[in-house]
Amino acid sequence: MSATSKSNVTAPAESEGKTMYGLIAEYETPADLIKAAQQVRDAGFKWWDCCTPFPVHGLDKAMGIRTTILPVLVFFAGMTGTMVAFCLQTFTNATDFSLWAMVWVTGYPFLISGKPLMSLPAFIPVMFELTILFSALSTFSLMFGFNGLPRLYHPLFRSKRFRRVTDDRFFIVIEARDPRFFQGRTKAFLESLNPLSVEVVED
Amino acid sequence: MTSIPLDPRSGSGKVTDNTASDPGHREPLVLNMDRFSQVTQQVCQVAEARRTPMAWYIVFAFSLGCLGLLGFCVLYLILTGVGVWGLNNPVMWAFDITNFVFWVGIGHAGTLISAILFLFRQKWRTGINRFAEAMTIFAVICAGLFPGIHVGRVWVVYWLFPLPNQMEMWPQFRSPLLWDVFAVGTYFTVSLLFWYTGMVPDLATLRDRAKGKIQQIAYGAFALGWRGSNRHWHRYERAYLLLAALSTPLVLSVHSVVSFDFATSQLPGWHTTIFPPYFVAGAIFSGFAMVVTLAVPAREMFGLKDLITIRHLDNMNKIILVTGCMVGYAYAMEFFIAWYSGAIYEKFAFLNRAFGQYWWAYLLMVSCNVITPQLFWFKAIRTSIPIMFVLSLLVNVGMWFERFVIIVSSLANDFLPSSWDVFVPTWVDIGTLVGSFGLFMVLFLLFCRFIPMIAIAEIKAVMPQADPHYHDHHGSSDHDEEHGESEEAKS
Repeated sequence: MSATSKSNVTAPAESEGKTMYGLIAEYETPADLIKAAQQVRDAGFKWWDCCTPFPVHGLDKAMGIRTTILPVLVFFAGMTGTMVAFCLQTFTNATDFSLWAMVWVTGYPFLISGKPLMSLPAFIPVMFELTILFSALSTFSLMFGFNGLPRLYHPLFRSKRFRRVTDDRFFIVIEARDPRFFQGRTKAFLESLNPLSVEVVED
Repeated sequence: MTSIPLDPRSGSGKVTDNTASDPGHREPLVLNMDRFSQVTQQVCQVAEARRTPMAWYIVFAFSLGCLGLLGFCVLYLILTGVGVWGLNNPVMWAFDITNFVFWVGIGHAGTLISAILFLFRQKWRTGINRFAEAMTIFAVICAGLFPGIHVGRVWVVYWLFPLPNQMEMWPQFRSPLLWDVFAVGTYFTVSLLFWYTGMVPDLATLRDRAKGKIQQIAYGAFALGWRGSNRHWHRYERAYLLLAALSTPLVLSVHSVVSFDFATSQLPGWHTTIFPPYFVAGAIFSGFAMVVTLAVPAREMFGLKDLITIRHLDNMNKIILVTGCMVGYAYAMEFFIAWYSGAIYEKFAFLNRAFGQYWWAYLLMVSCNVITPQLFWFKAIRTSIPIMFVLSLLVNVGMWFERFVIIVSSLANDFLPSSWDVFVPTWVDIGTLVGSFGLFMVLFLLFCRFIPMIAIAEIKAVMPQADPHYHDHHGSSDHDEEHGESEEAKS
């Protein structure tokens, strides 16, 4: 790992092949992958990744991935749902205001069995449901959004060998845009991490 | 215990029984397989097979026929009016709402398996969660049909939603019937998202294995370009946990809200506070019976016995036993409270339920829902495929009749004897019920044929080989991650 971490400022990666996406190293077991991933992390790479058929326990730590902010954002989305439901029910059932929401709409103060217009307990179920609905929709869309998906094409799909990533093979990918990337040295580095194979992936 | 040795018996012939409950030895959840690729192959071969099993075609043709019957009955209803059903003045809800409650209830087992068992780290759920969730979605589709058509004037069904309209009127948000619209709508949406999120990595597996252009494009589009990146898996796992945590209170709320339709009314027999927990227990009870009904033939037809093992079925039968006891308790408690309340109408409603004009329905309900599941105390019965299949069918019948008894017997004999009447279903009632099973089965069979019906990635993750420590038997690991696996499935 020391070979790549020293003096990498002089030769940019582009000089070694403009259309190159990166290098992939193939592993057979989660244990081998984790051992290799720790070394890639310690070598100081930034633009690299592990690709696996299922989430491997302990790999996040071995790669040094920071915990996602997703749950915090989902909390606020859920609270938005609560407020939307409260405002919707109060406006439509307990007021006679007019307001413009694409068209002019007016509330209708329903008087049911002499109950108060602002009957909050009766509004709770719908507030609960919309909280869940907004949270779930935001979980789904933010998770795929942060992951940059849907993205139907990716350079990694060029590799025939990489197709087994959704079956039974584990890969380390180091991208050519990483400042520490040099085709020869990085390839030698990956080969020193006991992979089954190392392959160049074109962009 | 950091690693689980391969089952010593696997070398000598096929293992079929993994139901032992010895705390010192963890029984495998996946039988006769020690490589990830075997799991992939076993599940994908169903969707990839060039020939569809003959049995599939036979069942599909029959289901399609039932779906046609549904279409005809619904069209006839819309063109004529709800008078084509056997409804009369006191009995204004009958088969329509019975079917609605029945189908919504069926869905609950799928969410219980996918969300609640996930939160409790019950790893055996991975074998059955995909098709149990599919069952949920198709059951909610069937359920959603009935309120839609029983409103009578289907063309104004948009009045259910708070949309600006020409009358300048809004839905009445203090009504449980409107809460139902939101509860069932949210339930369907969240179940669909949960199901699809779990399926994306498996669709990517099918995409990467696809030989033909059409398969590549179809699976490729729905796989959203998933490439197994661990940076993606990190957010994915967090999102999956969030969806499970959101679905858990949701599923408990949905049948509670459905029960409010009855519990908030004044009618004796409906006006009881026990309804929400009682409905939820009954929903899980009937849903698990439906999962067993579907799992038993599916694992036979598609050769998935090593993934949906006897242990899975055994566990589900235990849940049927537990929820069956809860339902039996609720039936008894209803009678006790009716007596204890001292209200003559309450007392009458329950005596009438058991001994009145619908005594046969009540007897059917009690024998199917209370007596039948008690047989599951015996392990020989819990692990016998034919017996559990028959018992699961009986439970489904019993739970349909439970809703029928609650709805029809309470309505038919209310406060005033002069307004009593008898509900007799017409052929349209029965045709719509049969047809809804056709709709359900058509969707389910299409799912089995074209979509990975077992969660491939999740199964791999619970195999002992997925543990990074699996290969170092001497415990000489050079990294310090903790492995929270001690509380694995014990049930």
